[in-house]
This record gives sequence, C-alpha cells and structure tokens, in this order.
Amino acid sequence: MTRTSIELATRSSMTVAGVTFSADLSGALFWQEQSLLVVSDLHLEKGSSFAARGVLLPPYDTLATLGRLASVVARFDPKTVIALGDSFHDRTAHQRLSTANREAIAALQARRDWIWISGNHDPALPSDLGGAIASEVAIGPIVFRHEPTGAMGEIAGHLHPKARVATRARWLERRCFASDGERAVMPAFGAYAGGLSIRDEAFAKIFRSPGFMAHVLGDRRMHTISASRCH
Amino acid sequence: METSAQPDLLTDALLPVNFLRWFALRGWSPRAHQLALLEKAREDRSALLIAPTGAGKTLAGFLPTLVELSAGGTFASTGRSVTRSRGLHTLYISPLKALAVDIARNLETPIAEIGLPIKVETRTGDTPMSRRQRQRRYPPDILLTTPEQLALLLSSDDAPFLFSSLKRIVLDELHALVTSKRGDLLSLGLARLWRLAPQVRAIGLSATVAEPEQLSRFLVPQRDGRQQSADIVVAGGAAAPQVEMLDTRERLPWAGHTARHALGEIYELIKRNKTTLVFVNTRAQAEMLFQDLWRINDEGLAVALHHGSLDVAQRRKVEDAMTKGKLRGVVCTSSLDLGVDWGDVDLVINVGAPKGASRLMQRIGRANHRLDEPSRAVLVPANRFEVLECRVAIDAVAENAQDTPPLRTGALDVLAQHVLGCACGEAFLADRLYDEVRTAAPYAELSRVDFDDVVDFVATGGYALKTYERFARIKQDKNGRWRVANPKVRQSYRLNVGTIVEEAMLKVRLVRSRGSGSGSTGAIARGGRLLGEIEEYFIEGLSVGDTFVFGGEVVRYEVLAEDQVYVSRANDSDPKVPSYMGGKFPLSTYLAERVRNLLADKRAWKGLPEQVREWLSLQAHFSRVPETRELVVETFPRGNKHYLVCYPFEGRLAHQTLGMLLTRRLERARARPLGFVANEYALAIWGLGDASFMIRQGKLDLNALFDPDMLGDDLEAWLDESALMKRTFRTCALISGLIARRFTDEEKTRRQVLFSTDLIYDVLRKHQADHVLLRAARADAAAGLLDLRRLGDMLTRIKGRITHRELDRVSPLAVPVMLEIGREAVYGEASDELLAEAAEELVKEATG
Repeated sequence: MTRTSIELATRSSMTVAGVTFSADLSGALFWQEQSLLVVSDLHLEKGSSFAARGVLLPPYDTLATLGRLASVVARFDPKTVIALGDSFHDRTAHQRLSTANREAIAALQARRDWIWISGNHDPALPSDLGGAIASEVAIGPIVFRHEPTGAMGEIAGHLHPKARVATRARWLERRCFASDGERAVMPAFGAYAGGLSIRDEAFAKIFRSPGFMAHVLGDRRMHTISASRCH
Repeated sequence: METSAQPDLLTDALLPVNFLRWFALRGWSPRAHQLALLEKAREDRSALLIAPTGAGKTLAGFLPTLVELSAGGTFASTGRSVTRSRGLHTLYISPLKALAVDIARNLETPIAEIGLPIKVETRTGDTPMSRRQRQRRYPPDILLTTPEQLALLLSSDDAPFLFSSLKRIVLDELHALVTSKRGDLLSLGLARLWRLAPQVRAIGLSATVAEPEQLSRFLVPQRDGRQQSADIVVAGGAAAPQVEMLDTRERLPWAGHTARHALGEIYELIKRNKTTLVFVNTRAQAEMLFQDLWRINDEGLAVALHHGSLDVAQRRKVEDAMTKGKLRGVVCTSSLDLGVDWGDVDLVINVGAPKGASRLMQRIGRANHRLDEPSRAVLVPANRFEVLECRVAIDAVAENAQDTPPLRTGALDVLAQHVLGCACGEAFLADRLYDEVRTAAPYAELSRVDFDDVVDFVATGGYALKTYERFARIKQDKNGRWRVANPKVRQSYRLNVGTIVEEAMLKVRLVRSRGSGSGSTGAIARGGRLLGEIEEYFIEGLSVGDTFVFGGEVVRYEVLAEDQVYVSRANDSDPKVPSYMGGKFPLSTYLAERVRNLLADKRAWKGLPEQVREWLSLQAHFSRVPETRELVVETFPRGNKHYLVCYPFEGRLAHQTLGMLLTRRLERARARPLGFVANEYALAIWGLGDASFMIRQGKLDLNALFDPDMLGDDLEAWLDESALMKRTFRTCALISGLIARRFTDEEKTRRQVLFSTDLIYDVLRKHQADHVLLRAARADAAAGLLDLRRLGDMLTRIKGRITHRELDRVSPLAVPVMLEIGREAVYGEASDELLAEAAEELVKEATG
C-alpha cells in the first residue's frame, strides 16, 4: 500500500457483474454513474424492540444509525437512496420512532428518490414513511434485493457479513462487504446489528468458489482481504 | 491480640462438660483462639479470627454455635420432627461449594460424638430442587452455602421466616472472598441479614492479612459515617516456615515462565518427600510441567494434575486421592489456594514468580500439617528477574510482611443486581434500602446520587432519554415501594444471580491433521472427540499449525469454526505454548518495591545466585541499574528498528496501559512506534523513528513523555476504543443484569438472545458518557485490567527522576523483555496497521 493511496482508502473499489461500485468505510455502497447510494440492514428501533422484552438496551441506536446515515448522504449527495431491507427491526418498529427521528428520515428523503426494500424483519412497510416500497430493484445488470439467492449481478444484505482476521498480534473482527465479482453481500449498517462470519456456510451457498473477497471496514480505512484468510 | 491468663478456668467456664469430655477423649485441649471466640460469642461480639491453615480454624468458628445449640433452649432441634416455627441458627458461607460440602462432613464428627441434636445441611448449585424447597420450609440448624445461594435465598418470599431467628454467621476464607465482586455481593447480603436479624453476630475466618482492622469492618454494620470494627482474635503459635530458593545447578534462563531448566531438580524434591504440592501460576504451566514430569518419571511416582479448567469430577478424584495419601505430588494452580486441609503435605514447591508475599504465605501454609512443625517450601524462579522476586519474597515471609489488597469499594453493577434481588423479595423503599446498603463496609461511602442512578438503571435502564417507562422491570406502588413488574423479571434474576463472569470458551475437538497445507480453506472432518474447553483469548493468540498442550497431550491447532476449535495430535515433544501472560495476578506493589530496593542496594546482591549477580554487574557496567525511585530509560537500535526500554517494576497490567499511552504520544511526536511488549518488570517499545537521535536533538523530551498528564486526555481518548475497556464493560453489563447470561428454555427457543456488548458500549459512550454502567466499567478498569491507580502512583514517583542511557545495543537488563517480543501478543490498538499487514500478505502471495 503506498502513501498516496491512503487518502483514497476510505473507499474500496468493488466490481459486480461488470459494474464498479465504491464500498465505503461507513458500510454504504455507492454507484457513481447512477448517483445511487445503498445501505442495508439498518434495524432501526432494535433497542426498543429488546426493551419490550425486558432487555433495556440504550435507546440511542436509531439516533446513532440515522446520524451516520445522514453524514454519508451528505457526503455523496445521491440522487437515489436504497435501504436494502430490514430497515426496521420488527413490524411495529416504525410506530416507536420518536418525532425527531421521524423528521430526520423525512429530511434525508428530501430532494431525492428513496426506496425501501422490504426484508424479513419488515415485510410490510407502511406507506407513511415517505419514499417508495419495493421487494427488489433492477438497474442494468444489477438487482438489489434483501435476501441473497446467489444470482448473477445480485447485491443483497440480510446476512450481516463480518470478517474475523487473524493478524500478527490478535484477531480482529470487523464488518465487511463480501463479493466474488459476480454478486455481493453488504454489511449491516445499523448500530445494533450483529454479524455473521463470512466463513459461515450461509456464504458458501452464495459464493460457490471460496476465492471471494472481503472488503473489510477498518477503523480509518478499507482493507481487501481474501475470505480464505478469515476465520 | 487476645490471650487468656488462666486457660483452665476459662475453658471450664466457656465449654459445657460434654464438650470438655469430647476434647479429652480425643486427646486435645481447646486452643486459645477457640476459647477466645467462645468468649466473644458470650460477650455478644462479632469477631475476625486470623489463623494459619491447620489451626483448627473451622472448629473455632463453629464452637459458639455448637455450644449454644447444645444448651437446648429456644433453638433446640428435636432431630427429625422440626417444626415450621423455627428458622436457621447459623449460616456458613464459603467461596467454594466443595469446601461447604467438606465442612458439613467434618462437622458431623463432633456433633455425632458429643451427641448434639443439631441438623446440618448444605445448599449449593448442586442441591436438588426438592431439598432446596424443603430447606426453605424446614430449615436446618446450620446451613452451609455460597454467596450466590445466599443472594437467592434473600430474594425469596421466605427470607424473613428463614433468617429472622438467625444468630450466627460464619464466613470462611474471608481474605479471599473480599477481594472480588463476590465479596461486594456478600457484603450486601450481610446488610440485608442485619436488617432481618439485628441480633445476628458474625465470625470471619481469614488467613493473615495486611490490615486486619479494615477487614473486620466487613463483619459488622457500618453506621453514622463512623468506621465500625469487629474484635480481632489472632491464633498464635505457628512455627515460622522454612523457605528457600532452589539453588539450581543449571543455567538460569533469561526469560520465560516454564522453569524447565529445573525439571530434574523438581523431580528429585518430589522423590525425597512424602507428598509435595507444586504450585504454578497458570493452567498452561501446570499442563506443561505435569507432562514434563511424567516424561522423566522413571519411578512411576503418583503425580497428579489439578487446575480450574479440568472437569469437576476429575478434580474431586485428585482431591480424594490426596486426602487418602495416595499421591506423591500434585501440580496445581490457584485452584488449590483454598480448600480443606490436607494432612500430609510436607513440601510446597512454588514454580515461577510468587507475585505477592501474602499469596505465597497462604500457599506455603498448605504444607502446614502440624502447627508446631514449620512448613517447608522451595521457590523455583523460572528466569532471572524471578530470582529477584523470589529473593525479596523469602525476606518478606521471614518478616511476616503482608501485602493483601485494601478493602474494595463496592461496585455499582453488583449493587444493581442486589437492588433487583431486593425487588424480587419483599418490596423496598428507596430511602430505607439506601441506609441498609451503606451498612455494608464496601458501600459505606456510597453517594445518594449513585444509589438513585442504580435504582433508575434497574427500573428503566437509567437513560437520559426516558422512553422505557412502559418496559420498566421494577415499579413503585402507591406507597412508593419498589417491586418487580412481572414474574419473568424474577425468573431472569434467579437464573443470572452471581458475579462470576466466565471467559468466553471454545470447545476443543480432536481430528485428523490436514497436513501442512496453509490457509484454512481445506475441508476438515467435523465432529471428532471432545477434549474439553479452552479460553477464546488463548486461541486468539495462535496461528494455524501452532502446537500447545491441552489435557496432557500436545496438539496442533488446525482450524476454528463457530465455537469449536479443531486440533490434531502433534508429534512434537516440544509444544510452542505461548506464554499465558504470566498468570492472572500482577506482581504486588509491595514486592515490586522490595525488588527495586534490592536492585539499588549493591551490598544485598551477595544474597543472589552467582549468575544473577554477574548479570546485574554487567548491567551496571554497560548501562545503569535503577535506583529505588528512579526510572531508567534505555534507547538503542536493533535490526532495522529502534527500541525504547524502561523499567517501572509495576506489574504487567500497569505496563500494558503505559505502553498504550506512550505509543500514542510517540506517534504524535513522529517517532513512528510499531508495537510494544510488557512483562512484570519492564516495557519495551519499538518503532521506525530513532528515539536516541530524537532525544539528542531535543525533539523528544522524556520528562514530557512520561508526564502524569497522560492519564488525562490521552487516557480518555484511548479508553474509548480500548478492547480491554470493552471487556470490562461486558462484565459490568452481565453482572448488572442489562444483558442476561443464562436464559429460560422459552427464551432459548427464540433466536437472537445474544447481543454484542461492544455495540452497546460504542453507542452508549457517544450518547450518554456518564451512564452508570460506564462509570462502573471505568472504576473497574482503574483497579483491574488497566491498573491505573498504580500507573498514576508510579508516574508521580519517577517525576523528575528519569535517567536516560543511549546505548548502541541491547542492555543485559533489557534482554528478558526483548525475548518476550514475538511470544507475547502485541497490545497495540493499531487495528488498521494489522489489517493492512494481513491484506499485504495476500498481495505477496498473489505476486509470488
């Protein structure tokens, strides 16, 4: 890695079915030509969802997630935003949004197209959230859907990929994009979203050859590491 | 010190005639401290008994109970037909459930032989449900249990019935209990008991401690902001122990903790004695030494292994064989620091650093089978620095100098657990509970703000953003009493009571090797024989292909999948066991100071082995031997890197923290640090920048580098991202009940019961940095994993006393810590650099 590339290293270039995307350190994916920003698995109101079951997690996750999303949106200023499913942690999560968070979402949606893709956590999104609702979106050779099927040109979420890397000093575990050039799985964006190791069998079903790559979200820059190096 | 002038008269007055007869029948006479405790009981005083092992401590603790119950009176038991109207008379608390079971067995002897109508029962995690229920309805006279079981009993509706008639509490191994959060939990339980049973008196049984007066506060309610103490009884008469250092004929290693050089000599010692306990500091050392001993065990001596990761049944088997005198030696860890006395141990060998004077004395005491005979112990240092530590520890033992830690300040996460427990039992009023909690010595100084924050946390999470009112776990009724909101909360409390948070463990399975292929892509046969469980952090330190000893076998690390570690049998006789950070306990402040004094006093060197004297003389010649209060800093080049080594002697934890903070500062000073390694005595930092040159040019000022102000902003900034801090926070989140550790079957069937506490930590510190759990975690970090207090003291001590030596190569004193490089994990937090390295290796592979 040369010195000059460090400035650019907050984004990693990732090709899927011939299209070049920027995998951003924030966990968002950007398609320059389309001015399209994609984020996956926001899991808004996961904290309050747990609280209802007696686990009183700090109620700041929605605030934190939307705050990070706002800064990414401000940075890319995209024409279109796709939220790639599981945007809300449960079916009634949107009802628990605070007024401030509701307004924050509306502000993000202003002057741009916004598409909510439904996921297994939020299969029936209400229409009063602003934006359009879809189960999948196809643009050129690329199709965006929540649950990966392994199809060519597919960009999905759902699995919350993370890479567990054995380094010289210790293991590091970080969220990552996973891609083999033909399809990709995006990391979860939500503050409380956990992760699943890319060595889990669920990934083997999608990437049939083990030679896929992890675009790992480091602390200040992206790292591209072969999945075979991860645990 | 309590002694009696006329023992015979006193004996007659304090002991009933059937007891006197029993003592006579056994050929014993009551010991002074046993009588002293009876006298305290008669005076209605609580008391702390300080006694070495083998002093009849347990009997002393129970004599007042036995005498009271033998007198019949209001508490006489009629054997089988106990009526519901009576509660417990005596509650005994032990840190080990095995100990409680053994004590119960030992108590049966005098009870049967004197013919006392007393019912004794134990209650531990293993006690069957039916008996537990019966115990709550028909309690025995004496109940032997653990702090966790006490908490459970106190949270039940039966608590007032069970405890209101309680007369005595016996706390065993109190010195060990009070040093952890378990002690905090126990203290809160005692506070509850003092309210339920104001008449109750406590007897604490303890090994010798540095501050008996302070420890005795634990036994009595603290009131009105004044310190209340219990009476102190010291059992005298133990012969001074004979401790020596192994005068090895072999070459003393520079570094490492295995003491392999002395293996033959250790075996000789076992051979020459009847029964030997061989203490080591870590489980890995125990495994390794055990294996090595068997390799040279030509005579087939019965040598066994005992450590905390072994199966409980396996441990009990070893203990039983030991009691029966079937073993010649046991290689063990701190798992045998406590427990019942074993009659026939005639030698204790301590391999490695003693760490603390009191700890060493307690271990040596395990060989004390007769009070009038001296215990014998041999210390085996594993490297040259440990020779210094052993030397000063032997001097400390001779002076009977103690270095047990001061009494803890009660932790807020434990308080949260207790508050929930209180709400599970009778409802509580906040004002009254606040007063009650402060009667517990560790919580005597608790502020009302902290208390209210904890109650708020238990109720709705304690968040500034008040959105969880409807999800409250405890609620106030119209009289202001707090009680649990629903039975599920109670159930969860009962499942999760306790303060012992286990390390994350991985299952180890034995499979066939895949050969020498690199990477982890190849298929490996799943399944395989289960060997046991191992700490996750240990595996984290390994690379594929590394060999280590597990369960007495040398195995090769193959692959990790989910929570399973797959290993194969290795042919190596020489496993590459990474050092286990030298054990759980850091070098005590007291011994560290004595080591510094020893170094500074050249006349005292003559008490050291020749090899060590020579080593220190070389250091004096080539660099400098530190004065008592001075910090020597050496800089030198080696390979293509530049090193900075310093010798604070403050223990590994404080050095690690120092290493992290110095690295940050050096980075700002553009010295381009790459990593550091710490041991108990020294810290070595390396980097690309030439520190010697920078110091010469005035670009790096050592006084500024080591200025105590690093504990301000630098520390805050680092703590925010620190993995150690996250680990500390996880413990607090689990103990406080924010996150459950154990689940009901119904919950288990739902997915997503587990939750990463790291994610909570990140969100919470950004949005509510002063949250009570973060305060609890910071307090823990200061005293625990980061040892900030000690680091702060050190930085103040050396201020203005830094001596720099610019060298052209590594100094003799630096060799041990330099040898640790590559063996110890590097505790940098520079994740990106590490990930980049991992990525770069890929590039190398690709471009071949």
